[in-house]
Amino acid sequence: MFFIDRKGVVAMQAEQQYSFQIVKWFAYMAVVYLVVGTGIGVYIASELAWPVLNFDNPYISFGRLRPLHTNAVIFAFGGSTLMATAYYIVQRTSGVRLWSDKLAWFTFWGWNLVIVSAVITLPLGITQSKEYAELEWPIDILIAVVWLAYSFNFIMTLATRKVSHIYVANWFFLAMMIMITYLHVVNSLSIPVELFKSYSIYSGVQDAMIQWWWGHNAVGFFLTAGFLGIMYYFVPKQANRPIYSYRLSVIHFWALTFGYVWLGAHHLQYTALPDWTGSLGAAISLAMIIPSWGGAINGMFTLSGAWDKLRTDYILRFLIVSLAFYAMSTFEGPVMAAKTVNALSHYTDWTIGHVHAGALGWVAMVSIGAIYHMVERLWGTTIWSVKLVNLHFWMATIGTVVYITAMWVSGIMQGLMWRAYDDYGNLAYTFVESVAQMHPYYAMRAAGGLIFFLGACVMLFNVTVTIRKAIADSSAKSAATANAVI
Amino acid sequence: MSEHNSNKPVSFQEKLEKNVWALVLATAMIVSVGGIVEIVPLFYLDSTFEDTAHVDEDGNPLYKELEGVRPYTALELAGRDVYQREGCYLCHSQMIRPFRDEKDRYGHYSLAVESKYDHPFQWGSKRTGPDIARLGGKYSDEWHRQHLRAPRSVVPESIMPNYPWLDDATIDGVGIEKRVKAMRVLGVPYTDEDIKGAAASVEGKTEMDAMVAYLQVLGTMIKFEPGRDYRD
Repeated sequence: MFFIDRKGVVAMQAEQQYSFQIVKWFAYMAVVYLVVGTGIGVYIASELAWPVLNFDNPYISFGRLRPLHTNAVIFAFGGSTLMATAYYIVQRTSGVRLWSDKLAWFTFWGWNLVIVSAVITLPLGITQSKEYAELEWPIDILIAVVWLAYSFNFIMTLATRKVSHIYVANWFFLAMMIMITYLHVVNSLSIPVELFKSYSIYSGVQDAMIQWWWGHNAVGFFLTAGFLGIMYYFVPKQANRPIYSYRLSVIHFWALTFGYVWLGAHHLQYTALPDWTGSLGAAISLAMIIPSWGGAINGMFTLSGAWDKLRTDYILRFLIVSLAFYAMSTFEGPVMAAKTVNALSHYTDWTIGHVHAGALGWVAMVSIGAIYHMVERLWGTTIWSVKLVNLHFWMATIGTVVYITAMWVSGIMQGLMWRAYDDYGNLAYTFVESVAQMHPYYAMRAAGGLIFFLGACVMLFNVTVTIRKAIADSSAKSAATANAVI
Repeated sequence: MSEHNSNKPVSFQEKLEKNVWALVLATAMIVSVGGIVEIVPLFYLDSTFEDTAHVDEDGNPLYKELEGVRPYTALELAGRDVYQREGCYLCHSQMIRPFRDEKDRYGHYSLAVESKYDHPFQWGSKRTGPDIARLGGKYSDEWHRQHLRAPRSVVPESIMPNYPWLDDATIDGVGIEKRVKAMRVLGVPYTDEDIKGAAASVEGKTEMDAMVAYLQVLGTMIKFEPGRDYRD
């Protein structure tokens, strides 16, 4: 006699009903890219603390590796997570298989080809020099094709769904897909000069506005709307409770999709961009506290009556702490967009700290929670070591806090030193004095990043062992079942 | 919900939730508003650029000094390409804000006309190093060469990487001609002579020469009138 446990049966049934192979691959690659992306981040953070690490080598100098870091964490890690979760959620909440498995596999290989191209071209200095849109025009075309294939497959799956209403998580994914298509196409328009060299068709002030319309909405849609889609599915699932308020999610969705688009201009206050544009961006930024906090509250209050779960469920801890960081950084953002604060904070490390509060605390934490959750269900198993998940949780949290604290101190110090005057009306500090003052904080930032990176390594190890064991178990079981039949 | 509660009218929200195409359309419309309002006017409002914002009754520009902004020479353009390739814009801004301390530290605040030929713009977003919008003419060529090769040999506290490889590569004349041509397609007013002479003008020049030429022109094209408010 041989019994397959309940979880195993459920997973096998789901496997037959849904295309989960694609989700498995994207989810695993997301963990790999988390390690790679944060690893490069730790290295470039160390270059700023100890410039000798540039080793006079063009391919690893800060200016070339920094775009590789941002592309790896945003598009390789973030993108793989978004594709894994979107494919998972749309099938589960629509009760149907993906519209096209083939198209889904095309997105897997296409997206990974984009990532490999980034790893090759960016260290070679092949870049359009627009932040978070550095990749040159042939790769941009590939990104557009893969992105449209991903969006089309998602929309067609929703169109063939077996339930009457489209679940809220899917709205957020849809908004992300539509907006990123606009942004990527418009911002990347350029005239090719050679195979790997092009010039943006926009110049100066207009290019700046378009770039930050892209830049802030890569944050607002790729790194927020998409991950809110993740939150709206995985928080209720992991807590085993319905979302706190349906009404709040409707308001959250429309206010966020309408409002976020305007924020890019707050990156350009006091610059040569006309004042009306920057001020408009700042005003809407302030208003964005409302939908952002509405969303965070909606997620957190889903735990009402079940807060005790946080004591035992480490996956839920990742998800809820991510919402705390989301609430914190969406409060910090509008504050930094306010003109008087922006005058101090712009151009400083405070911005870098703010980005990482969102990227590590919110985006990475919610993704990590979702991936642990999916790994158990996709492979029909339980995580190999809960202790290691807990260890990872603390490393991720402590690493993030150390990082952003270092950047708050260094950023505000920079801002204050640059504008300080002595009693005689002269600037109190030379620029390089402010650089020298940054050293301990740059070292501290690298340490915070290192802790976070090591946590990601723990996750990769834990997930890999879990999957290997699940595969070994299921092949042993199917062998046993086969013997029993014979 | 409405199927269980037939007296209740179906809301617009509910219609969207039941029809993916309607939801896609509504979302696509909502997310396009902000971008249209903030970006499109920048292409037609005269007030965007300081030279078209300040004109007399006949529409002639009032501030003649703004006409000093010219396209980069072939060598400067080659230097700008190196600047982009090395990711310099990630640590150096080229956008001085109208504050007392920035005026004292960097010079006159930046104008929109000054980057009108910059495809793409290089304003930057971070000052890990200082702003360099008006770097031109502040140091000698030789200081720049030494600083680029080994920044800590002239500024001990600097954390900038060394760029010794800029001395090793020469500028490709054929390549730069193509780049000048592409810039003309984008509307940068290069003449036929500029294009014809592009290759010859970079003959034998290294990337270091090009970089220094670019750094030395930054912020020097306008001779500012003291006391004039260009941004009102």
